Formats: sequence, structure tokens, C-alpha cells
Amino acid sequence: MDTRVHDVLLVGGGGAGLRAAIAVAETNPGLSVAVVSKVYPMRSHTVSAEGGAAAVVRDEDSLEAHAYDTISGGDWLCDQDAVEAFVREATREMVQLEHWGCPWSRQPDGRIATRPFGGMKIERTWYAADKTGFHMLHALFQTTLRYPPIKRYDEFFVTRLLVDDGRCQGVVALEVATGKVQALLAKAVILCSGGGGKVFPFTTNANIKTGDGMAMAYQSGAPLKDMEFVQYHPTGLPFTGILITEAARAEGGWLLNKDGYRYLQDYDLGTPSPTPVKRSMELGPRDRLSQAFVAESKAGRAIPTPYGDVVHLDVRHLGEAVIDKKIPFVRELCLKYQKLDPVKEMIPVRPVVHYMMGGVATDLDGATPVAGLFAAGEVACVSINGANRLGSNSLTELLVFGARAGRAAARFAGAQPDPSSALVAQAADEERRLHRDFLGRTDGTERVADIRSEMQQAMEAGAGIYRDEESIQVAATKVAALRQRFRRVALQDSSRTFNTELVSALELSNLLDLAEVILASAAARRESRGAHQRTDFPERDDEGFLAHTMARQGEDGRPRIEFDPVTITTWPPGERVYGR
Amino acid sequence: MSDTVTMEVLRYRPEEETEPTYESFEVPVQPEWMILDGLNHIKDQLDGSLSYRWACRMGVCGSCGMLVNGRPVLTCATYMESLLPGPIRVEPLRGFPVIRDLVGDITDFMGKLAAVKPYIVREEEKPVEEGEYLQTPEELAEYKQYSMCINCMLCYSACPIYRIEPDFIGPAAIALAQRYNLDSRDEGAQERMDVLSQHAGIWGCTLVGECSEVCPKDVDPAGAIQRYKVSATVDFFKSVLMPWRKE
Repeated sequence: MDTRVHDVLLVGGGGAGLRAAIAVAETNPGLSVAVVSKVYPMRSHTVSAEGGAAAVVRDEDSLEAHAYDTISGGDWLCDQDAVEAFVREATREMVQLEHWGCPWSRQPDGRIATRPFGGMKIERTWYAADKTGFHMLHALFQTTLRYPPIKRYDEFFVTRLLVDDGRCQGVVALEVATGKVQALLAKAVILCSGGGGKVFPFTTNANIKTGDGMAMAYQSGAPLKDMEFVQYHPTGLPFTGILITEAARAEGGWLLNKDGYRYLQDYDLGTPSPTPVKRSMELGPRDRLSQAFVAESKAGRAIPTPYGDVVHLDVRHLGEAVIDKKIPFVRELCLKYQKLDPVKEMIPVRPVVHYMMGGVATDLDGATPVAGLFAAGEVACVSINGANRLGSNSLTELLVFGARAGRAAARFAGAQPDPSSALVAQAADEERRLHRDFLGRTDGTERVADIRSEMQQAMEAGAGIYRDEESIQVAATKVAALRQRFRRVALQDSSRTFNTELVSALELSNLLDLAEVILASAAARRESRGAHQRTDFPERDDEGFLAHTMARQGEDGRPRIEFDPVTITTWPPGERVYGR
Repeated sequence: MSDTVTMEVLRYRPEEETEPTYESFEVPVQPEWMILDGLNHIKDQLDGSLSYRWACRMGVCGSCGMLVNGRPVLTCATYMESLLPGPIRVEPLRGFPVIRDLVGDITDFMGKLAAVKPYIVREEEKPVEEGEYLQTPEELAEYKQYSMCINCMLCYSACPIYRIEPDFIGPAAIALAQRYNLDSRDEGAQERMDVLSQHAGIWGCTLVGECSEVCPKDVDPAGAIQRYKVSATVDFFKSVLMPWRKE
């Protein structure tokens, strides 16, 4: 067994992981820090984020206003101490990234430009045209090259966390190129591995978004918090699910039904105006817009296509110059993937799974209840997003909480003894498991792709934009059966060299865990709040459910759900008001 | 019933065979399908052992570059329909050692990327508390194009120099160096110049522009190389004719 020892390990090389790695290196340059990622860092899904990143910068804005938008947007499920830390540190982090070379769009005088965004009352979304995530990720990745202590394990798939004596002390990782299993020991591990949109069939998420970190934390005893909250972004291209950024609406785009009518006015989201009004109409929050789509579709006012009903996103009135300057990627994506030019034609869009508000429960420093295990970014739930994340908060979140987790993990690692040698035996067990369950088995009958596809369909049917007791139970029964079938999975690829089928199987196992937890959490929350809409409990119930679901894996392997209180500091629960 | 097309896919399994072979698959064609959808169909329905990289499926992560009918492309952004009636031949990018099937080893590229110091270099860094560096839209426009590189390496695969001169630092890395050289916040151009001039092959680049031709993001690495050559030449003559000007 090949064993390497570091002080701090990052699992995941997206925005949060790279920001955390730099924070570790800056907090204590004497520490050895390594980024372990199943893809080269610049392939990470941060790269796909488009519209922008929020931080207070304009004179008329305030931290309180950003906090209020975030908390009301989250339907009061956010932990308000986390939101306060978030808005307080957001601007500093964004300026830091500017100093690291991020090509933010500018005002004519050279200062940072901002744009409005959904659910935000004041313009505070910084942007780099409409490839914000791409530019942030590349700026971060390139900046890490300045720090010699930051090592990388590119294309290493982490298969489990090593926990001994109640403390996380490393991971087991499969080197994809060679099939070699390695123990990577460390004094602290930070999960920055993103969400798991691939639990669902139709998602903006990259193929790599399989919830690996969430599932491994859960298997290691850490609770998953608020997993029932899955964000559907209202504007994805049919068939591909490619995201058309909210910036298209922030710049003035309209959502129209089949009659060319701006239907959002019928859903308590305000009255139409030719130019965008903040916190109103097309700039309402994502959960409400996606729910409005479902109602419109049910009423027969959407446009049928072979890939489901769509409505139209119309940006033609913005004109070619504005489109090319502010949302050039929207045009590029439409031309390439939808064969239409948004300068001349309306864009067909439908809601698409985009983001998980829930994740590994952490404190404000990214620490999980498992000593030595930290988490930041989409994999974590701290929680600033509550029941519905506002667009442009997630890119900032990965900076603020990536940096926080990095600093905290560096301090923690500095005070720990070396990892226990007993862990190498656990890693050897893991190598044997991979051989026994996957590479070496000959009696399997089930295919990875079949189980994955059936799981995705079951999740969409059972835990989509609207759910109820019955739909959730039907999906849970199906997922349990798929879990049984997964035990008989057969790989056609027994090779050690770059075995992507093995990786897919391990990812599917993680996805099945996530599916189970999402369903159990959704069943337990017998109310409607934010992105979790129960047709059998259509009202928000603050008496019963102003609380976080916490899912822990029970002895029988099944999730156990408990409730934890929401931290309320300044803003008592109130009505979410948009457009009035 | 949809039409089908034959996809001839390069297979190479180093544990089983010493030479690459081609394997043919009959794949349905749908109007929305890209080459990548065809490969996914093969992997999910026909042969789970086919290996290739992909992630975002929206042309921005840079993972899925391959040779399709001999031309380097992003497979997630190339319609199958555009290559009918076929057959469609899919191979790994030229210029990179093949690890397995359609997967190339990009270690060399990653080293070259890091070598050009692709980050802001400054004598003195302004404290974050003092806010952003001002940069006008015109100053941003100076380098913006070169900041759009997704590291897909199609340009390396198309580059005739890289094929015969593996030390050549290559189109994307030079474009990235220029991205920082032209950034008003950066002061590292001289350091990068020193790095670039140590690497072989730059002067061998004949500016045929194949790199810019295949670039899916219009980064124009050939233009970056041209600009670099001009500034390097000026730099050279300055150092010869006006040695006092060189720090």
C-alpha cells in the first residue's frame, strides 16, 4: 500500500477547494497541503457558473440589505449568524480575487461593475461577462501555482474517509490512470467536492457532480443537513439542461408563455415593467419562478416539445450590442446547443435541477461534527442558503467559507499528532473491497447505466418541484430496490488503467445514498418552504418546522432524521414579499 | 426509428494489447446529439469499458477534446448530424501519449502551463483593504481574449511544431503568458519573457495559425505568439543596442 502523508488534504479542486488550499498555505506556510481531485482542477464544475457573485460594494447598499435578501430568499431557514459572517466577509474575498487577477467586468472609470440578480433588492452581483465561474476558477487555479506547498493529486478518486478514534485522518484514493489504491493521510481533511445534481435526470450539473463528499461524510458519521432542498433553476435549455443564466433576465429578459404573456404577474411576483425591477417578476427568486412554470404548464399555457413543456425567454429587445457585451455566452450556448440566435429568436427554457442547498452540516469555520473533517462550498450546509439559494450567492460562498475552512483546518492541523498508522490497514481493506465488489467479481448482472437512469427518473417523479407523501414513498421504495440491485452490479471493464466504469459505479453508490437521504428528509418535512413544496402540506409551518433536518446513517444503513434549531439573530420569520 | 451511423473508435487497453485498434459501433443519430452523446450511448448501452473524459457538456470545462475525423474538436460541441453519413472516426488528441482508449496524458501540458507563471506578479501588492485595482473596460479588453482559454489542448493537437519539437511551450501556454503580460495589474512580463525565451521552438513557429483555427473559444493563440515574437524581438534589440535600459 502506497501511503502519503500531508497536513491538510482538500477533496475537490473547484473554487472552494482551491480557495481553501491558498488559505491553508497563507495561514501556515510550513504545512503540507494537497488538493485531491477526480478531475484536473480547471474541469471542476465551478467552471460552468455564469451570472456572477454577490458582495456589497455600492454606496447605496448595506450588509444588512444583503443579509435580508439572503434570509428572506431562503424562506427563513438560513442560519443568520452564518449569513452575517458571509455578507461581512464577501467583499473582502471578492477584492482578493480581483487582486489575484480575476477579470471582473468594469465600470468606465475602472471600478468593479455590478448587475442586478434574482431576489436581490440592490445591485451587488459582480460578474465577468457571463462566464464568472470560469474566470474565478481559472484565476484561483493559476494563483495556486504561486504556492509551492500546494501539491496536487489530479484524477484521484477518493473512495472513503479514514476515521480513527473519532478523528478524520485522511482518505483512500484511487489513482484513475493506474488503478492504484493509495492511503493519503492527513491531520485535517476539507471536503470541497460540490453537490450531486446527477441524482436527477435533467440537470445543469456536470457529469462529475455525484455528491461524493456528501455521501462519504454521511458514511463516516457526519450529518447531512436540509437535503430535501434541491434548487430548480427556472431557465435551462430543453434536452441538454444547459443553464441560461439569470443574468439574461437581470439585463432585461422576459419570461413568456405560449401566448407571449409575461405570466409571472399571475403568481404574486409583481407587475410587468419594460425594464427590470429588482425583487420583482423575472427577478424573483428561483424557487418561485420554477413553481410558477409548473402551474403554467399544468394550465396548458406552456409550449410542448419532445423534451417536455417549455416557456420562452425573450432577450431580443435588448439588441445585439447588449447581448454581445453582457451575455455573450448565452448567445454562444444558444447558437451551439439550441441552433438559434437569441438576437432574433426566443429561447425555449424549462426548470432544471441546479443546486443543493443542503449538505454536510458545518459550523461557521467549516468544521463538521467529525473532528478533523471540514467542508465548504456546495458540499457543505452552513447554512446561508436555507430553503432556497439566491443566484450569485454560491460563488461568493465558496470563497468566504473556503477561506474560513482553510484557515480553521490549518490551525487544527497545526495542533494534531501525526495520523495513526492503524489507518493503513483500513486503506488495505478498502482496496480489497474494490476488488471484491467490482473489479474481480464475475457473478454480477446489473448495469451501472440502468440503475443510474432508473434512480434519476424515480427522483424526478418522487421528489421534483412538487412532492407529497405518496410520491416520496414510491420513490423511496424504488431507490431501496435499486440499492439491492446495485449489490449485483457487473462491470464490463476489469482493467486497472483509467477504468471510468469503476469510477461510475462508485459514483452511483454515492448517488444512491444521496437519493435515500433526500427522500427521507423530504418525507420528514411536512410543510412547504422554499424549494421544498409538499402538495399535501402546502403552507409553511414555523411552529413545527422552523428547523433543519439532520440526516445520519443508522445502524441499519438507513437515514435517521432529527431536527436542529435554526439560528435566528436579527430577522424574525416573516412573509416573503416579491414585486409589491 | 432513427438513423444510425458507424462510429469507429480508437481502442487501446495497455493491459491487453500493445497496439491501438479501431472498434466500430452502430450508434443512433438524433438531431440534438453531439459526438459525446454518441460516445455516451456506446458506454451506457453497448460497451461499458470505453474510456474517455467529459464533464460539463457545455463547452467550458475543456475535458472532452478528441480527434473527430482527424480534426481536433470538443466532442460536446460537434453535432453527429454534421458528419453524416459517416463513418465517424474518433481518436484521442494527437500529440499526447495515450493512457487508454480516448484518454491522453496531459502532464506535459500542465507543466508548461505552470512554467509561464500564469498569475499576477507585482513588485508590491496593494492591501486588500484598499480595494480593487482600477482597470478600465479598455484595459480589460487588452487581455480579455487571451483569458478565455479553457485548456482543452486542441491547439496543441493541431500544432505542427509541438509534434516535432516536444519542448515547444505551445500555443495555449504562450496565450496565457500574454494574458497576464497584457493585464494592467501585472508587472511580470519580463519574468515570463525569460521563461519563454528559455524554451525551444518558439522561433520555429511559422504562424500557420492552425492553433487559432481549431480554438473553440476564439482565443487566437497564433496572434498571441505573434505579439510575443514582436515584443521579444524589441526586447532583444533593446538589450543589445541600449544595454542600460535593461534592468
